[in-house]
Amino acid sequence: MKPVKTITGSMVPLMRSDVDTDQIIPQQFLKRIERTGYGEFLFDSWARDEEGELRPDFVLNEPARANASVLVAGRNFGCGSSREHAVWALHDWGFEAVVAPSFADIFRNNAINVGLLPVELDETIVNRLAGLAASPQETVVIDLENLKVVADGFDETFRIDENARNRLLQGLDPISETLQLESDLKDYEARRPGWLPTTASF
Amino acid sequence: MSSGTLFDKIWNQHTVDDSDPALLFVDLHLVHEVTSAQAFSGLELANRTVRHPELTLATVDHAVPTTGRGLGIRDPLAKKQVDALKDNCARHGVQLFGLNDPRQGIVHVVGPEQGMTQPGMVIVCGDSHTSTHGAFGALAFGVGTSEVEHVLATQTIRQKKPKSMAIEVDGDLPPGVTAKDLILGIISSIGVAGGQGHVIEYRGEAVRNLSMEERMTVCNMSIEGGARAGMIAPDETTFAYLKGRPAAPQGSAWDDALEHWRTLRSDEDAQFDAVRHLAATDLEPYVTWGVNPAQSSAVTGSVPDPSSFSDPAIREAAERALEYMALTPGTAITDIPIEHVFLGSCTNARIEDLRAAASVIAGKRVIDRVSAVVVPGSMQVKVQAEQEGLDRIFTDAGFEWRDAGCSSCLAMNDDVIPAGARCASTSNRNYEGRQGRNARTHLVSPAMAAASAVAGHFVDVREWS
Repeated sequence: MKPVKTITGSMVPLMRSDVDTDQIIPQQFLKRIERTGYGEFLFDSWARDEEGELRPDFVLNEPARANASVLVAGRNFGCGSSREHAVWALHDWGFEAVVAPSFADIFRNNAINVGLLPVELDETIVNRLAGLAASPQETVVIDLENLKVVADGFDETFRIDENARNRLLQGLDPISETLQLESDLKDYEARRPGWLPTTASF
Repeated sequence: MSSGTLFDKIWNQHTVDDSDPALLFVDLHLVHEVTSAQAFSGLELANRTVRHPELTLATVDHAVPTTGRGLGIRDPLAKKQVDALKDNCARHGVQLFGLNDPRQGIVHVVGPEQGMTQPGMVIVCGDSHTSTHGAFGALAFGVGTSEVEHVLATQTIRQKKPKSMAIEVDGDLPPGVTAKDLILGIISSIGVAGGQGHVIEYRGEAVRNLSMEERMTVCNMSIEGGARAGMIAPDETTFAYLKGRPAAPQGSAWDDALEHWRTLRSDEDAQFDAVRHLAATDLEPYVTWGVNPAQSSAVTGSVPDPSSFSDPAIREAAERALEYMALTPGTAITDIPIEHVFLGSCTNARIEDLRAAASVIAGKRVIDRVSAVVVPGSMQVKVQAEQEGLDRIFTDAGFEWRDAGCSSCLAMNDDVIPAGARCASTSNRNYEGRQGRNARTHLVSPAMAAASAVAGHFVDVREWS
């Protein structure tokens, strides 16, 4: 994973609450076995009509938004299905951060693992940022080192779990980290009771 | 020793490294075709192996056909995905219940059915409904594909410790009110994000009186209340369910296990971060009218007026929901006509669910304009139902009788509900497009779904004869 430090770019406001991962990437696009190539299907049911044509009135389809890198969203963003494809789709489309009042637990973990920065701010503050995001030209700077979100007349501090922050800043591979604890793992494995189930029963 | 909740105990017993976030050992890793391929690829790219294939169990469920299996999988993408799982399992020595295995079924039906799900375990799966397994007093939660790869490689998961929430359900459920209605009632009360960052322990008389299958229905939908997991302390009901299942301990191992399982309960003075109370006697059969599982009404109620919600975000969501669902405020729930009935999913496709539905439709006919389908949760559930003659009751009534899988719960296979059609569904999510683009889903219990198939609209099963 590439380290995430500072994100500078324009925004897309999508101020609906409880946006579930089924909306972010509908089920018919989950059959691929690759990690990439989901961007064009992002919010497919909202972005395209029944004939598959792009809906010009959907915010993501506005030509001036094409290079945006920050999604400003409503509360409980990413609820529902655990599909990491939702994060892959957002990332593929070009988003590097999502700013919302709250995130669903699994989505937040997935985002951190992929390197999509989840930025949590109070709802009234997010609403204020969404007001600025109404203009596609408005630029925002998100500084993970100093936990700052800065835009025109907007300067707020956000919160993120300290461990997640470090992992994003350094682009760490969590599996390598865990495998360094080999002796702890071995100790634990030796302590496990013998009656616990295994698939050897089948 | 300081006292703790059931959740604290399982958490502490599985901590390999107690930094924050902690590293937890995973006793069982369940795998299915949709969220695992990229994890296996990542593993192989880094020259890693599956650390504990014997603690990993795979099945195919999400994208598999529920009819015509003899012909294989026609959808080339779904076939490729299922084949990838087959190859990955073969290469890494993982037990797979493949498409034609008599044990194949929905991952959250199969684990408990085989006795792989046991009290006190930590269980993960790349699927949000992993919370189902909490019914056994296990800590079970859904993870993403990067985490699946981590578990494959290390048999551990790094997690920030969630908070704990007790939901006390006082009194007993009234007749005709099911476990599905209980969890829909809970979600309606706490909201779709009410459990965010928490592990819920369901407690109280109504919960104690539930069968194992009913407990699974309740825990299954914990994620729909936003919770990280849901759990119920194990008791004699749990132990009786487990005894004799293929992966359950036997002989003296059973006694050792039982001794441990009996310690798995929250201490009397354990402190929960949040406590909610609910009176079971107030609950009724519920029907969702919106596009998230908290947007529901008692069957005796009506579609709400969005302006009745004071929170602007909830009001706006209700307005959007009614537009998508093509419903008018004030419409009686029992006046909503339906065209499809789906009896299936990891929430409600176990043998007791099929029995409940069959008892409602026995000797009756599905009304002409309704298309009704039963998709058993596993092939073993299907066989058992056939031994009990339930398949005949369903087919005589005009239901289709299918093979096991997730099917119309998320419509990844051919079982898609058409655009604009309204479906009474025993599944867990009524999201926009969940059962098919522009399909309209109403979540209900199996008995309510069966009755609506006969009537062509929702009916109060408490008055069904």
